Amino acid sequence: MTRFSWFNVTSLTLGFAFLYLPMVILVIYSFNASQLVTVWAGFSTRWYGELFRNEEFLDAAWVTVQVAFYSSTIATVLGTMAAHVMVRGGRFRGRTLFSGMIYAPLVMPEVITGLSLLLLFIGIGMDRGVVTVVLAHTTFSMCYVSVVVSSRLVAFDRSLEEAALDLGASPFDAFRLVTLPIIAPAVISGWLLAFTLSLDDLVIASFTTGPGATTLPIKIFSAVRLGVSPEINALSTLLIGIVTVGVVTTSLVTKRAAVQRAREEQAAQRAT
Amino acid sequence: MVNEKSFAPWDDPDARPLIRFERVTKRFGDFTAIDDLTLDIYEREFFALLGPSGCGKTTMMRMLAGFEEPSEGQILLSGRDIAHVPPNKRAVNMMFQSYALFPHLSVWDNIAFGLRREGKPKEQIEARVQEMLRLTRLEKFARRKPHQISGGQRQRVALARSLAKAPKLLLLDEPLGALDRKLREETQFELMDIQEKTGTTFVIVTHDQEEAMTVASRVAVMDEGRIVQVATPDVIYEAPTSVYVADFIGDVNLIRGTARARDAGPAPEPDAAAPEAVDPVPGAAAPLPQPEGRRPQPNAMGKWLHDRVLYRILGRRPDEPRQLPPPEPARAPAQPAPAPAATPEIPPGGIEIRWSEDTPPLIAANGDPALDGKPVVLALRPEKLGIARERPAAANLLQGKVIDIGYLGNISTYHVELPDGTMVKAQITNTRRVSRRDITWEDEVWLSFSPTAGVVLEE
Amino acid sequence: MRRAVLIVIPYLWLLALFLIPFVIVLKISLSDVALARPPYMPQLDLSEGWAGIRDFFAALDFENFVFLTTDDLYFKAYLSSLRIAVTATLITLVVGYPIAYGMARAAPEWRPTLLMLVILPFWTSFLIRVYSWMGILSNEGVLNQFLIGLGVIGEPLQILNTNTAVYIGIVYTYLPFMILPIYAALEKMDESLLEAAEDLGASRLSAFWLVTVPLSRSGIVAGCFLVLIPSIGEFVIPSLLGGSDTLMIGKVLWEEFFSNRDWPVASAVAVILLLILIIPIVLFQRSEDKAREAGK
Repeated sequence: MTRFSWFNVTSLTLGFAFLYLPMVILVIYSFNASQLVTVWAGFSTRWYGELFRNEEFLDAAWVTVQVAFYSSTIATVLGTMAAHVMVRGGRFRGRTLFSGMIYAPLVMPEVITGLSLLLLFIGIGMDRGVVTVVLAHTTFSMCYVSVVVSSRLVAFDRSLEEAALDLGASPFDAFRLVTLPIIAPAVISGWLLAFTLSLDDLVIASFTTGPGATTLPIKIFSAVRLGVSPEINALSTLLIGIVTVGVVTTSLVTKRAAVQRAREEQAAQRAT
Repeated sequence: MVNEKSFAPWDDPDARPLIRFERVTKRFGDFTAIDDLTLDIYEREFFALLGPSGCGKTTMMRMLAGFEEPSEGQILLSGRDIAHVPPNKRAVNMMFQSYALFPHLSVWDNIAFGLRREGKPKEQIEARVQEMLRLTRLEKFARRKPHQISGGQRQRVALARSLAKAPKLLLLDEPLGALDRKLREETQFELMDIQEKTGTTFVIVTHDQEEAMTVASRVAVMDEGRIVQVATPDVIYEAPTSVYVADFIGDVNLIRGTARARDAGPAPEPDAAAPEAVDPVPGAAAPLPQPEGRRPQPNAMGKWLHDRVLYRILGRRPDEPRQLPPPEPARAPAQPAPAPAATPEIPPGGIEIRWSEDTPPLIAANGDPALDGKPVVLALRPEKLGIARERPAAANLLQGKVIDIGYLGNISTYHVELPDGTMVKAQITNTRRVSRRDITWEDEVWLSFSPTAGVVLEE
Repeated sequence: MRRAVLIVIPYLWLLALFLIPFVIVLKISLSDVALARPPYMPQLDLSEGWAGIRDFFAALDFENFVFLTTDDLYFKAYLSSLRIAVTATLITLVVGYPIAYGMARAAPEWRPTLLMLVILPFWTSFLIRVYSWMGILSNEGVLNQFLIGLGVIGEPLQILNTNTAVYIGIVYTYLPFMILPIYAALEKMDESLLEAAEDLGASRLSAFWLVTVPLSRSGIVAGCFLVLIPSIGEFVIPSLLGGSDTLMIGKVLWEEFFSNRDWPVASAVAVILLLILIIPIVLFQRSEDKAREAGK
């Protein structure tokens, strides 16, 4: 057993070092005073200052957040509907096509999705800008939302909905008062996933964007194509920081709630 | 047996049922879950649908609740066809097997859920919820969430919630399945109590025959989408109409054989043909074949009463052995009796069942002579069999060897193997302590039962 | 009624923004380049009625696909995409399996944390994760400085802008996709099976090969497909980490479209890319279905 534990510890250490070292290095170099990204010249927050003075980056960030907010919100509504149809819809005409269209975007190369949407927007003469990016992002992220929500719906005890109907609730009330509050965690993670996917997307946004709708990934990509830049290091550090704080907080809160719940359940069992 | 006081609307031709299934069929694709079923359930009944899983009992319940629509036929509630009324528009409520308590709502809000959907004024809702909490003894837990209370309390919340709207009909889907045995027994009586207090009609679905027998006013035994027998629990137990019911309800020994009508003439001992006595008097067996054949056999107390008191009034008990019956080759014991055996007097009529080459036929005085020549099954409850080491005097005797003894505390079950390999169970109340029992493994024993102990069923 | 609305809205959305665009790609791949806006021929002209539709279909041909076969750039790009994706997938498996194994054998109270550490990069920008390697792998980058400092090498290694960098990029970014399904399969495994194997005389290593690996097969298969499928059409990694000679089809499509403005050829490249992807997708679907059947 000891030999295997040793092996396990080594593989975990190396594995997580591989996963995290590049990001750690990136964070360290974002505090480098030097313009030359490869030479360490002391600690400085200079690049963060530069970043916040760079109007272009700020504009792009604002566009990105807007796009991500709208697209993830619409995608959550549509994705939840789609999940409901997939799990509870029973049989209907074109069900196979529907489920195909839900799953296909998950495996479709982004270049194809982007190209095909661009050709559509051109074909119908739609001006490209924030709206087209939102439409594009909504389309592929609703599929992710629908996968997340359907996995929760599959595990959902259907008799809860039936109980609501049995007690006189209309189908819509049953969904609003019972189903939705219970699947809310899945819907929220679906929204977060859609939001992150949209924040992150370069390829589809590049195809479907237009004048005045440059998103942050497009901006970053065009900046780093030419090489490493200290400002981008600073920007990356900020984004990594936000995500880390978000994910760690969420998991701590979830864990505490689970522990609390387990304790209450035990107490309830002991009471009898 | 029907008297004015007892609750038996099903015997009253004028009674109008609360629920009527009229030739209902339900198919799921190619599978027929309910097959042309007709059934009446009356107001204030505690009706049990009993059967193994997949027999269609849950489908029946879901059709009553409105979650399934019948493929054919009508379901009438108070005379109105409700087959196509959606579940949220029916005066029928259901208690789910999983309880289906809304996990995000408190006990109070769970109970108030249905009342709020009716849009009742706030004070009325509060009063009603309080009443329900009191009825189910949950006042202390009103603010808790379902995961903060125990399984038994959850069960009561589910009951309170489904009763809050005062439905005409309450459906209970395996309501006690999730509780442990002791709690289940307590809760059964609580359910009966609440049913009586509220006067609601209950329909319970269960696969647990003990539960059905305990709580229900009538039991419907189901198999493969059909109702096999509907009757009160005692009739179901004592007079099953089919092998299926006999086998499904309780423990039973099934002995297969061929029926032969017995002589219905006067008994060999004419003086024994005492005038027909009232049923409950022990020892007063009627000489004539009885259609029901459920005469009580004398127990120890009855025998004592008879010997000390009653024989002076009623005369000697006819089944008391007084002399050997006329020798009959077919009835001669296959093995030499270890003790001078006296065969008790046997009421004439009924049938005898030939079931084995080397043993005398079994006598079922309550069998229908019309079964003559047909293959039949004699269903014998283990507790109706006597077991002894000495050959007792009885109409029907089986000899065998004790293979196993199941000790259950209050009773013991003896598994006896007959010479041909058939296993027969006999159940004896443990009035003595175990150490003083005289029968043990490998003992040669005699099993005895009266000519009316079993029920003759057609295969 | 309400149910119909529920079905129709997402259905129409997907039809309009997923299926129809795809049909348009297919159609343009059969058109010709033209110096026009939009830069292809023919245009469907419904105002001419039936004749317009007939002319439209008459003008469609497979010329672009023929063109793809005549210029071996495309053939090479497809081949090299497949080769890079397959190689990178195998490397990811070799790197990911021990990590997943270590996680599944870690103390139960540690597992949620380890799992979170694997999932965390998912939420971090893909672009940034690829970019982080640029600073490490460049000639003056951290890795070369480190190796020169140690005296292992005298000259900086040229890693950035080579296929090696592309492999590293794919392995790095898709590693969680490999770890998670394998971990899920290994975690379900009953450890007493290994003890039983050893009790029956198998060595540790043969118990691993004969019990652990076959039982985690479903995870391995799922992980490999989850890495392989997206990396075939990958664009960001080859364009940031790869060199000018790194041929990957996603990059070719991008350049065909944005640099050469040859929409019909770009569409034809897309159609063929999709045809190539259909094989692993269908295989993946099958193996998932089989795993689900077996799970029942």
